Amino acid sequence: MVKTRNRPKRLDGFQRLFLLLVICMIILLGYILSNIPGGTLGLEDTVAEFQDRSGVESPVTAVLLNFRAYDTMLEVVVLLLAVIGAWSLTKSPLPGQVADISPIQMGVVRLLAPVMCLVAAYLVWQGSHLAGGAFQGGAILGAAGVLILVSDFPQIHTISALSLRIGLVLGPLFFVGIAFCCLFFTGDLLGYPEETAGWFILLIESACALSIGVTLAALFAGSRPESGVQKKQPAVKQSPDRGNS
Amino acid sequence: MITTQIYSITGLLLFGMGLFTLIVHSHPLRKILAVNVMSTGVFLILIATAYTPLGQGEVDPVPHAMVLTGIVVSVSVTALALILSCRVQETSNRDLLREKPVAETAKECTR
Repeated sequence: MVKTRNRPKRLDGFQRLFLLLVICMIILLGYILSNIPGGTLGLEDTVAEFQDRSGVESPVTAVLLNFRAYDTMLEVVVLLLAVIGAWSLTKSPLPGQVADISPIQMGVVRLLAPVMCLVAAYLVWQGSHLAGGAFQGGAILGAAGVLILVSDFPQIHTISALSLRIGLVLGPLFFVGIAFCCLFFTGDLLGYPEETAGWFILLIESACALSIGVTLAALFAGSRPESGVQKKQPAVKQSPDRGNS
Repeated sequence: MITTQIYSITGLLLFGMGLFTLIVHSHPLRKILAVNVMSTGVFLILIATAYTPLGQGEVDPVPHAMVLTGIVVSVSVTALALILSCRVQETSNRDLLREKPVAETAKECTR
């Protein structure tokens, strides 16, 4: 049992003062929140007005990948930066040690992982008209990657560091590439041509879902693959980028 | 309207609890958890503001989109913070994560 050293038994003076301040802040913010005028302060009407021109039927996807696509692009890059940061900080090799794995776990993961990849692909596809999209699909893909990682499948060790890195940058690369293509051809960054917007969005979403999945699994592993140049051991890892969309 | 209020107040309470823990406790894991609780509260408030009763107009998709990306980004922030705190543990003389000799902890931390 890990004993945390700094668990205060009693709050000291400063902490009580701070508790009081936090309670005051909550009451103040609660008062403000309960007095927000309802009705027409959202952007729902604006989104509904331009929905036809966005290329997708789901308003959330339209906001994510068309109206506020620049925002989403930067967020995908933030994910990539997180992995770069994690890999720069850690020294441990990629497939870490795992506890002994029961055969039941192996069997279940063997059954679940392909299904999860399928569900992820379906969610990405569904993003154009219902709830779903790159982030949901990517999250499920990442969960599949985590399951594969904790089960320590032998296939993990055969994935090369290069393909892992390509999987990580694929989404941001597609996003930025399409953004600049749009800048070149239509004059607006991420201003998709109206008739092909749906396809562009689907393309970006598929690539981003793959990258988000690989990113989340890599962050869970928390260690980086050996570069493969100095060492010959196949110490590379992970990931769902075998069988998905 | 009452639904929005309940969710907003819950989110607010979560935010306050997270903020308090973040400032008062010095353990890195507690701080990371506190930031997560805070962000959950913010997401809850954002979603609650987008709520409209069924049949009374469109749902505002902008907060939904922001929360959607925010969740994934907060996961990556958590992972980076965990690795960062492990790294701090490895390289510092002070024992931040648990009460054990530093060398031993550092070994476990590299996992």
